[in-house]
Formats: sequence, structure tokens, C-alpha cells
Amino acid sequence: MPQTLPVINAPTGAARAPADFDEKLAAHGLLLRAAATVETLQVNVGKLCNQACKHCHVDASPARTEIMTRETVDEIIDAVRRFRFPVLDITGGAPELIPSFRHLVASAHALGTRVIVRHNLTVLFEPGQDDLPQFFRAHGVEVVSSLPYFLEQQTDQQRGHGVFEKSIAALRRLNEVGYGIDGSGLDLHLVYNPVGAFLPPPQSSIEADFKRELLARYNVSFNHLYTITNMPIKRFLDYLRRSGNESRYMRKLVEAFNPHAVEGLMCRSLVSVDWTGKLFDCDFNQMLELGVAPELPQTISDFDPAKFTGRPIVTAAHCFGCTAGAGSSCGGTVTDK
Amino acid sequence: MAYYEEDDLDRFGEVGKHRPDLFEKFMAWYQACQEDGALSRREKSLIGLAVAHALQCPYCIDAYAQACLESGSNMEQMTEAIHMASAIRGGASLIHGLQAHNSVNKVSM
Repeated sequence: MPQTLPVINAPTGAARAPADFDEKLAAHGLLLRAAATVETLQVNVGKLCNQACKHCHVDASPARTEIMTRETVDEIIDAVRRFRFPVLDITGGAPELIPSFRHLVASAHALGTRVIVRHNLTVLFEPGQDDLPQFFRAHGVEVVSSLPYFLEQQTDQQRGHGVFEKSIAALRRLNEVGYGIDGSGLDLHLVYNPVGAFLPPPQSSIEADFKRELLARYNVSFNHLYTITNMPIKRFLDYLRRSGNESRYMRKLVEAFNPHAVEGLMCRSLVSVDWTGKLFDCDFNQMLELGVAPELPQTISDFDPAKFTGRPIVTAAHCFGCTAGAGSSCGGTVTDK
Repeated sequence: MAYYEEDDLDRFGEVGKHRPDLFEKFMAWYQACQEDGALSRREKSLIGLAVAHALQCPYCIDAYAQACLESGSNMEQMTEAIHMASAIRGGASLIHGLQAHNSVNKVSM
């Protein structure tokens, strides 16, 4: 049985882990460095959201006012034009709620970049958002949406009362314009987060459950299910502490460390931008205000791809969340070993 | 001294302090049983949960409730497994009523 390691000091606001992430990597002869190219520019356009989910690592809600300005959106578009990132991954909050959202999507699509929008489904029923499915289709957007479970109780428990019913209605609207339908070329992926302090089940088996149950119960289709581990930061960390689960959850993540997951970690192939234009190694580091290494350009307007090749990734205790079990990324698990 | 401390589940390895050779043999067998085989890990976790309830072992109930969640079972499925264990326990008691019948019949005219 694994032995419990001594607790080390953690940065303020971060989880306390029974081990140091970099030391764990070193013990396996690993060093975390970025890949040769930046495949994805992931942009968090702000913390404004129409929901306030219990596990949200952004602490997003309808009360938040931090959103990306048109000027910063134009800096993002300029970077896409200059550096031709293969993928622009737009997240929030609910990114659709910022005034320049459609300008960003349409401009990036026109430049030939594959655009992913992390769409929470229920925003479709907010004022002025009724035509979102048609807008997504017109710009070839890949839609990735959270649905923690195929049953109402678990979903509403995590995302708020009434969210499941609205989410199913939104999925039907997306299906109606072709999203998630085989052969349409319009990708609709769902995201599973555990509703509590436990690790996700194997992605392929829970995907099969979701496909079978959503079709049988609600006549809803989608392409793939991504399982994502809850990160011990912000609102989920608050929950872990309130419920007395922090040390047990962190021990679980550390004990489930899988060295095979390191190669596929998303931080190796993406750069994350916050609503002010500041650069980070991932969205989680962004929320902990752990910027990219100090010797690198710090904002999107100063971005230089050559300097980000093979850069050292800034790590902390939450990184154990991405290396536990089959690994976790914005595209689901990262290894089958 | 309190019985059944929650943190003791994570100290299970300490049982191997004496005769570690026997403990290692147990762990190898135990872990091999958990792997996907003719039965899936999810099915095995539900069996584990049912047996844990039949044995009324709080450590095992804790461990297998987590294992069920992490292998993709939901509370409806877990509750059915617990009912199966309970029903078989109930049936196992009830069928012993025949022992009582036999005993009574043996001494009755």
C-alpha cells in the first residue's frame, strides 16, 4: 500500500498536497516542458456566467464583472493572424455573454483556425442568444458542453436547480441544426465532471452509458464524452475544505499519479490567455495567478512562439489532478496506459 | 480507544508489518481480483459493495462506495446491489426456518 508522504507548504489559495509535483516527476525521471509547437491558444474571455456551478475552478457567476474588452479581443485576433494557431479554444465563464464574442469567433474562423467554444448549454436561453446554434454552425464551431450526468438529480446538484432540463432542451436545439449527428461534420462533445470528491470513471465506459441513456430517455445525440477530473482550486477546493475532504482527495490524486499521462498534458501544447491578455501555462494556473515563467513574454501582444517552444511549465499541487489515473485535459483523458 | 477510525482505511498497509510475506501474497491476489476480466471493473465494484454490506464492514463500504462511483455506477445501481445483498441475507435467515420446522417435526407427534 502507498505510504503517506509528509505535507509540504503550498502557495496561498492552492491545495495542500502530500507531495511536491516536480519532485514526483523527478522521481520518475520526468521533466515537464512544452512541446515544439503551440497547437492551441486557449482564451478565457472572462468570469461572467449565467450559472454558478459548485465545482467551478473559475469562480464564475452572474455577479462577476471581469470580461475581455474589444481591444484585448483584437489583440487575440492579431495573434491568431500572425502565428496561425491551429486551434482557438474559447472558454469562460459563459464566453457568449461578452459583447465581442461573435466578433472573435467569426474573425478566427475567417483566418482558417479551428474554433472550439466551451458552451454551457443554458446560456442559449439568455436574452439575445436564441440563434447561437445557427451562429455556431455558420462558423464551423466545435461545441464542447458540460453535462455532469445523464440524470437530473446529479446534474442539478452540481450546476444548479433546473440546469438539467434546460441543458437537454439546448442539446435538442443543437441536434436540430446538425450538431452531434453522424455525418454532419458538426462536432458536439460533452464533458463529464464527477459530482463530488472522487475520480472520473473510465472515459469509454461512461461515454457508452451517456450515449445509450441520452438517446433512450431524451432522443439526444452527441459525438464524444470527455471525462475531466475536478481540480482542487477555487470553488471546488472550498467545497473540499468545507466537507473535510481536502486531504483525502489530494492523497487520492497523488496516489493515482500516472507517469504515462505526463506526455499528453494539455499544458505542453497550449498557451492560455486571461481576460486582460496575460499569458499562463493553463486555465488552472490562470485561476491561481501562476503566470508563465518570468523570463517569457507575459502578454498576448508580446507573444513569440519561438520563446514558448520547450518552455518550463509552472506547476503546483493542482497538477496532480491532470496526472491522476488516465490523466485529464480539456479534451478528456490523455493515456490508456 | 475508538473502534473503526476513518483514517485507518489508509493505514491498511500497516497490517503487513508482521509477516509481510503473507500480506504481499494477499495484496497480489486482492489486486488481481480487481482487474477487468470476464467481469468488468464496474461489475466487480458493485459485487464488492454488496459483499461489504453483507459483512457490514465500514472500511469496505467506504472503499467500495468510492470504487463504484469511480467505475461509473450511480446511486440507483449501488442501491440495487445493496438490496441484493440484504435480500440474500434475509432469505438466508428465512430458509433456516425449515431447520426449525425439521426440529419441531422431529419431536412432534
